[in-house]
Parts: sequence; C-alpha cells; structure tokens
Amino acid sequence: MKAFRRSNLPVWATLVVFVLAVTAASLRYEHFFSFDVFLNLLRDNAFLGLAAIGVTFVILSGGIDLSVGAMIGFVGVFCATLMNAGVPGSAAILLALAVGTLVGLGMGSLVAFYDLPPFLVTLAGMFLLRGMALVISMEALRIDDPLFQALGHSKWVAPGLLIAVLLLGVYLANFRPFGRAVYAVGGNEQSALLMGLPVRRTKVLVYGLSGFCSSLGGVVFAFYTLSGNANSGMTLELDAIAAAVIGGTLLTGGVGHLFGTLLGVLILGTIQTVISFEGTLSSWWTRIAVGLLLLAFIGLQKLFQAGRSETP
Amino acid sequence: MRGIRKQFPGVVALDGVDFTLRGGEIHSLMGENGAGKSTLIKVLTGVYPPDSGTIELDGRPIRPRSAHDAVELGISTVYQEVNLVPYLSVAENFVLGREPRRFGRIDWREANRRAAEALGRLEVRVDPSSSLGSHSLAVQQMVAIARALDQNARILVLDEPTSSLDAREVERLFEVMRRLRAEGLGILFVSHFLDQVFAVSDRFTVLRNGRLVGEMPARGTTRLQLVSLMLGRDVDEETLAKRPDPAGPAAPMVEARGLGRRGSVEGLDFSVAPGETVGLAGLLGSGRTESARLLFGAERADRGDLKLDGRRIRVRSPRHALRLRFGFCPEDRKTSGIVPNLSVRENIILALQARRGWLRRLSLRRQREIADRFIRALGIATPDAEKPVGTLSGGNQQKVILARWLASEPRFLILDEPTRGIDVGSKAEIERLMADLRREGLAILFISSELEEVVRNCHRVCVLRDRRQVGLLEGDRVDAGAILRTIAGGGEDA
Amino acid sequence: MRRALHPTVWAFLAWLLLLGVNLAFTPGFFSIEVRDGRFYGSLIDVLNHSSPVLLAALGMTLVIATKGVDLSVGSVVAISGAVAALMVTKGQAPLPTILAVSVGVGLALGLWNGLLVSVFGIQPMVATLVLMVSGRGIAQLLTDGQIITFQDPGLASVAGGSLLGLPNPVVVAACGLGVVAALARWTAFGTMVESVGDNERAAHLAGVPTRWVKLGAYAVCGVGSAIAGLIVCSYTKAADANNAGLYLELDAILAVVAGGTAMTGGRFTLVGTVVGALILQTLTTTILTKGVPVQWTLVVKAVAVLVVCLLQSDPFRRTVLSRRSAA
Repeated sequence: MKAFRRSNLPVWATLVVFVLAVTAASLRYEHFFSFDVFLNLLRDNAFLGLAAIGVTFVILSGGIDLSVGAMIGFVGVFCATLMNAGVPGSAAILLALAVGTLVGLGMGSLVAFYDLPPFLVTLAGMFLLRGMALVISMEALRIDDPLFQALGHSKWVAPGLLIAVLLLGVYLANFRPFGRAVYAVGGNEQSALLMGLPVRRTKVLVYGLSGFCSSLGGVVFAFYTLSGNANSGMTLELDAIAAAVIGGTLLTGGVGHLFGTLLGVLILGTIQTVISFEGTLSSWWTRIAVGLLLLAFIGLQKLFQAGRSETP
Repeated sequence: MRGIRKQFPGVVALDGVDFTLRGGEIHSLMGENGAGKSTLIKVLTGVYPPDSGTIELDGRPIRPRSAHDAVELGISTVYQEVNLVPYLSVAENFVLGREPRRFGRIDWREANRRAAEALGRLEVRVDPSSSLGSHSLAVQQMVAIARALDQNARILVLDEPTSSLDAREVERLFEVMRRLRAEGLGILFVSHFLDQVFAVSDRFTVLRNGRLVGEMPARGTTRLQLVSLMLGRDVDEETLAKRPDPAGPAAPMVEARGLGRRGSVEGLDFSVAPGETVGLAGLLGSGRTESARLLFGAERADRGDLKLDGRRIRVRSPRHALRLRFGFCPEDRKTSGIVPNLSVRENIILALQARRGWLRRLSLRRQREIADRFIRALGIATPDAEKPVGTLSGGNQQKVILARWLASEPRFLILDEPTRGIDVGSKAEIERLMADLRREGLAILFISSELEEVVRNCHRVCVLRDRRQVGLLEGDRVDAGAILRTIAGGGEDA
Repeated sequence: MRRALHPTVWAFLAWLLLLGVNLAFTPGFFSIEVRDGRFYGSLIDVLNHSSPVLLAALGMTLVIATKGVDLSVGSVVAISGAVAALMVTKGQAPLPTILAVSVGVGLALGLWNGLLVSVFGIQPMVATLVLMVSGRGIAQLLTDGQIITFQDPGLASVAGGSLLGLPNPVVVAACGLGVVAALARWTAFGTMVESVGDNERAAHLAGVPTRWVKLGAYAVCGVGSAIAGLIVCSYTKAADANNAGLYLELDAILAVVAGGTAMTGGRFTLVGTVVGALILQTLTTTILTKGVPVQWTLVVKAVAVLVVCLLQSDPFRRTVLSRRSAA
C-alpha cells in the first residue's frame, strides 16, 4: 500500500502540525518534550482516542456515530453500580463491553436494515444511553474496586490499550476483507452493493465496533477518574469527530487513516495541556482553538481535493 | 428466461417476455427506451424479482435475489457507470470481496500481481496500486470486465459499455468480447449504436413496449428491418441521408474566435447565425462538452473572444448565460439535467423562474399552462405534470430538459448529445423539433457523436481533435466521411 | 402496493396519538383557563416551550432541504443570549436595539456558516461543526466564564409577556412561521431551495443562483436561532454560555425530520416541522405532568425518534405490511 498516495497527504500534514505544536510547546515549557509528558498525554486522552478510533471506522463507512460520548457516561455509571453491588471489577468490565457492543450492533442494524439515517439513529442512541445512565444514577458514584484502582494508578495500561487497539484497528482496516469493505462502502455504496460486498453486514459490524471502542473508552475513563458519572463525556463525540477530521478522514467516507486520528487526538490533547499550563488563558480558549484548527484542516483538505482527479 | 412479467406502480415494464442466451454467442438486446431492456437485465441479475415467469440456467431453474446471487451463479454485469470505488486502487477494486489471503491477512503483493495479470490479458497496462479514479472511464471499464471474468463469469452482461469510449477503445472491447465468445461465454450486449451492434452480434432480441417483438440471427437482417421492428413502423431510407434546409442570409449571432480555456479546450472558431445549426464533432474526449460548457458559462474562458450580436461579451456563469438568452441541454441528464424529485412542471419552468428571480414567482396557473403546452408540443409521455421527473424514461427526461430551455425562449440553444441513450422514435422527434426551431430563427449548436445525425442536421460542422478545433466544414463538404477524415487528420488512417 | 402515506401525515397521527394518551390519562391536560386576559394550561405550555425549537427548526428545514445541516444552532443560541444579557447589564441601550443586535449577530453567524458551505464548498456538517465546537467558547469569552443574570423587565418580557392572551414566544414563533412560509411559498425561494437540494448541478446549470440560495438558508437558520436564544435567555433571565440551547440543534433536526423533510434534501415541509416540534414538546410535557422522573425524558425521546424514523422508513413499512398480509 503506497504510503505516498495522494489521499495520504492530509495525514502527513497532520503529522507536521503535531510536530510543530509539540516543538512550540517544548520551546515554551522546559519539561514538555519528555517521554513522561508524552506518556501522560496518551494516558489522559486514551478514552478519547479509543472512542475516536471507533468513530473513524464508522465515518469511513460513510456513516457517523454521535453516541460515543453518552456511552462513556453510561459505562461509567454501569460499572460503578455493578461494582458497588459486589460484582468483581473484571466481570463489570466484560459486561460493560458486551452491552456497549450490543448497543452498537443494534444501531447498526437499524441503519443497515431499515435505511435509517445514521445521524438520527446514533442520536437516538445518545439520548438512550445518556437517559439510561441518568436513570441508573443521577449523582456521581465512587469506584472502590481494587482492579480499577490498580488499572487507574498504572501509567502504562491506558496508553498500552490505546496503542494496542490502534494497531489492531490498522490491521483490520488494511489487511482484512472487513476493513476493505468498510472503505468500499464509504467510497461508493452503490458500487459496493453491485460488486456483491456484504454491505449490510459491514454496516452492522462497523457500528458494533464503534460501540466496543467507545465502551472500552468508558472503562478506561472509569478507572482513570475512579468514578461513574452520567454526565461524563458530554460533547465528547464532537472531539472524536474533530480528531478524525483533523486526522484526514473525510466525513463523506471512503478516505482516512487511523494513524491520522491518533495524531488528531494527540493534537487536541496537546492544545488542552498547553492551555492549562498557560495559567493566563482560560479553559474556553481550548474550544476556540479546536474550532480554528478544524477550520484550518478543512481548508487543507479542500486544497488537496481540488487537485485530485474526479471521476465523471 | 420464459414469460417474465414485471410491473411497477403505473406501468407494466415487462409483459411475458422470453429471452434465450446461448453459450458462445454475443446477443444484443435492442429496444427503445421504455421497451424494457434494463428491466429485463435487472431481473436477470437479481436486482428485481420478477412478478411471474421463470429463469433457467443450463436447464435448471434459478432465482437470483441479489447482485451477489447472480455473480455466484456466474452472471456478471458491467454497467455504463462502471460501478467501482474510485478512491481505492485498481488492484483493490479488482479483488474487492475476494482478497487473496496469507496467514489470515490480505496479501497485497498477490492482489497487485493478479490484477496486473488479468488486465494484461485485456491489453491494459496500468499500475495496480494507483487509484482507480485517476484513470479514464475506458480503463475503469476494463477493470470492471477483468473483475467479472475473474469471478468465473459464464454470462457477461454489458450494459451500454461503449457510450463513453472512443473508436479505438470500442474496437479493443469488441476483440475482448470475441475472444470471450470463443471461450464459450454468453455475452448480452446492450447498445444504442446500431453500427456497433451489427459489427459484433450473433443474434438480436427486440423488445417494444415491454413485449418481445422479434428474435433473429444478425446475419441476414438489415438495419432497416431492425429499426422497423424497434419502432413498429417503417422508416424510409430517405430520412437517413437528408441535409438541413439552408438558412436564410443573416448576420451571425454568436461568434467565437480563438475561444478557449487552459486545460479544457482551445481554438474555438466558428459563428452561428439565427436559423443556423452548427455541429460540433469529434471523438470522445476531444473537448466537445467542454466547449459547450465554456459557451454557456459553466466554465470561464481565459483566452479568445466571444461576440454576441457583434458585441464582445464574457459569459460569467450559467445565470448570466440565461440572461443572455442562451440555453444548454447537458450531455449527462441524470447528474446535470433533471431535478429528479421535483415534478415535470417544476423542472420545465425552472430556468424561466431562475431568470425572473426569486421574488417574481410564476403563478401556479401560469406554471401549469407552460408545462402542459410543452408536454403536448414535445409529446412527453407522462400521465400528468405533477409526476416526479425521475420516474420518466430517459427519452422523456431529455424532452423535459429541452422543454425547460424552450420555455425560457432562448435565442441560442446548445444541445449536447440530446439523442444519446434514447430510442429511435424520440430521436426522430427531436430532429423534427430542431428543424422547427431553425425555422423560427433559433441559432443552434448541436453536439453529437453520431456523424450521420450531425450531417443531417447541421449547416456547418466544427471538428475537434484533442481539445482543439482542427477544421470547419461547410456546405456540401459536410459528409460523414469528410468529418472522419478531418478528425483523423490529413494523410493518416481514419 | 398502495401509495405510501406522506411522512407528515404519520407525524401528525403520532402527535394525535400523544394527545389521545393525554386525553385518556391526564385529567385537565386540555383545560385552558383565562386569567388576567391570558391563557393558561398544559396545551399553552406545550406551545410556549416548543417555540425556541420551532424557531431554530424553521431555518433548519431550509438548510436540510439544501442537503445541508446546521450543527451550530445551540452555540448561536448561547452567543445571542450572551450578547443580549451583556448589553442589558452593562449598557443603557433600549430594548429594540438589544434585540436587533442579537438578531444581527445570529444573522452574521448564519452568513458565516453559509459562506463556508456555499463559497468555500466545505461540507455542511464539518463547516457548522467549527462554530458548534468554538461557539460556546466564544460565548464564554463574552461572559467571561460567568453566568450573567439580569433583572431588566423589558428583556424578561420577551419570554414572560403575552400578546392577545398568548405567551410572547408563541406569538413570535407564529410570526416566524408566517415569514418563513411566505418566503418559501410566495416567492420562488422555496422551489429554488428544493432544486438545489435535489440536484445542485442541474439547478446551477438551469440558472438557479445556488450560492445565494444556500447562503440564504443558513442566514435564516442563524436568525431563527438567535431569536430562539433571546427567548431562552429571557425565560431564565440569565445567559449561561455552557448550557443555553444545549443540544437544541439536535432537537431542531429531529423536529424537521420527524415532520417529513428528509435529510437527503429536496422537498421540504414547514407544516411538518411544526408538527415535529409539537411532538417533541408534547412528549416532554406529558412526561413531566405524569410525574415520570425527568431522567426518563431522554429515554422516551430516544424511543420516539426511532419510532417516527421507522414509520417513515420504506423498508420498515414493507416488512411490517408484508408480514401482516401473509398472516
């Protein structure tokens, strides 16, 4: 697979921006450019990264998943409640992953079998998950489970999970028929159908995958914050989508790379870190900065698309 | 296929049609638009289930319920729009759904190799890892055919494969088809180009209005017989070789001198007077549609001049062209012509309304008047004016677009392949219409790849080659042979 | 198969069903009192509270009809509320000026979105995502991170006052509906919007000013959202940059789609959007008056969305109908 193909250029651009951002930050702050800081960056944003990976797959297939933020809130509350009722941490994790994947598969089925717009189905999913989370518990719950505490204290688990899922995702996308089908369905669904690809099955699975990734993100968030809060992850779906776009994924589908999404997540994380380092800037500048970055990358994508050949 | 019947709301597409394809033959399916050709193909390839009737393959009944089923059964289709994924590479498209695996992962080296090999057999040499969208439509089609062959097709359905190919590419396709026939494949060929159909077919099946009206060997059938069957009436040879009535003397209305746009087309040099029809001829890709778009403001010229009534103008946009009373029927009516979910009425008044502006809305009564007038005048086959245009057949959609521009009362009308992909009957109607418009003093630019049509309808012919104008033929120098020779260039083989 | 019912009819039936449930199980739901020359009652509440969504959804209908979407509606609500609250607490400007400036800001933001989409050719979801993400940051910048409260009776009357016995927001929403409807059906703007959404290339070649049409649609959406923002801010007598209009864009999109306008663009129905907005609000009010804990609101909304979408989906209807006929 040619790394230097036209469609990859935006990802290289993302890499350049990331390098620039890190360089600028490390020039400004003495201790920025260190392995520790990098590891922390991965750790602090692992939950976002996991959700973003799932979302990227869905976007590649031509759809969208707005439920990932709500999933994080739901999983947190779900696990906390289970564990406070005596369920061991490992079982809670497995159950949460199962539920998350099932919800994803359910949404995917609605999209695939009844032709419902993904925007609306995952919107309903978001409402459902957020609502169920609130029903389970309106207040934040503490997590005392030893497994979770151990996972939360470790510096390596979250980053490790993120990298592992990323690598698995890359393998899936490039070296398995499922991944190629995802790209094909996103690139031209009509053609994929006529070529005899299992379009429906691909769609169902891709949303299941996103459900899995976002529930895993929820688990990571839970042991990272050691609490379950129904309101966690509010507007996280936006950040995930922004990370994917910044990472070179086209919202229309068919074009994009998971490495780009990871870079997008890291850029978002760097901005957040810089702004909190910088005492004088208030937190809302993060949102504005992300918006500007998004705008810049969209402009960049436009320029690259202008040069690409269009099929009649 | 026996006794196939298929009905859609409001129309019976197929009424008890029988069709037989033998192994090792090239069989052409003929018929006007609305005759049922594409419906029959869609039934065969599993896209539509038939309401009644049976399909047998090698004597065994089959019932394909999806495109996938059909492919499994050995029935592969290559469509006019080449249904592949342009973002992915050539090899990826080739193996999509059947990727070669090694230890569970996709082996891309092998995929590239297989693609290159398969394409090589079709005499196509491209880099398998390059993106599909970066190649011409002809190459993309070859990839689609190679893919079909690789899936052990026993029946290959080619649906209007030559519409976007030039003569050389068509010949290459025919060679491939003949070779496949020798290998025992059954090929179902659908095309509107009578010459091509006669050049390559063994048998014909003719449909008309959803019914089977004839099945015969190619040898021994004349063009006249075939066309009569398709039309249901006799067409005299005379009309096939007419020339347009000469237009009265008049000052040129539209003059182009050296008009062009870098990367698009250059050197356009012609003039059209009221009542004249100027033709634009050339191979596919020679710049005909680009010229039309340039004249209409869909693209901006960056060199040369355009004069209207003697005054220099620059056409800035289609809106501007509309105000100048130009009209343009684009080549690709599906993507650039019809607004499919809007009604026939709304489509017809669209340009007129656009010129009036958003504030001065045409009253509903006025809209209906205009729509009805043109439905009658052009013979648009639709139960009423409120039907969504997307449900009409190709020929009628073309008429709706024509009506749209006629409703705006243009002085200069550009027709880009107005008869492409429509039935012989409608073609004749449109040619009659053009003669009427000529008499009313309209200046017309007529673009067509059917040279006889051009000769029949145009006073002068601009010949394009490789994005430049290379000749301007007038008067009795206008004949198909001369046009071909000009396209080919003096001294070389046509 | 018989011709399918227009999606708006399904939506209307759904709303009637909701009303029916209330008729049967909620005593006094339909009762309307008159006090001090003003109407009170659950129905009035429904109309009142659905006004902000409706105002945003009217513009959203046009945007969706052009095959676009405007995700920044909630952010515009926050910004316009912040602007109004700031002006009223920090300055001496008269009420009309404050209202005009807020609406003007909404117009500018709408034009910004429209510019990105029509002139720069950026995909609508991404283009409006920019404002959606950064908009609340801008609003917080304006309010300096605080929630600004105000006492000004003039601004408070925008949501609190009444005209002809109906709460002001209802009157405003009705006027908004009237204006947009006139724009859409009495001028050729509506047909142009539909043609742009259905096949932009064809519309462009037919001479339709596609850029201006799209710009106009986003501008209307921006104005509607700003007015909604004024109502929201007036109702709470505060400007909360974080929470004002939170997820309002989603409610607006739901109202549009539930009402029968497809997200694929083309034909649109304003009446449908009204029905959609009413469904959403009736649902919420029904839940509250029944004493169902508020956290179930989201769950019920989710189910409602799915039900409406399924009813409008052809494949679903085919499956359900064929099963019934086979039985």
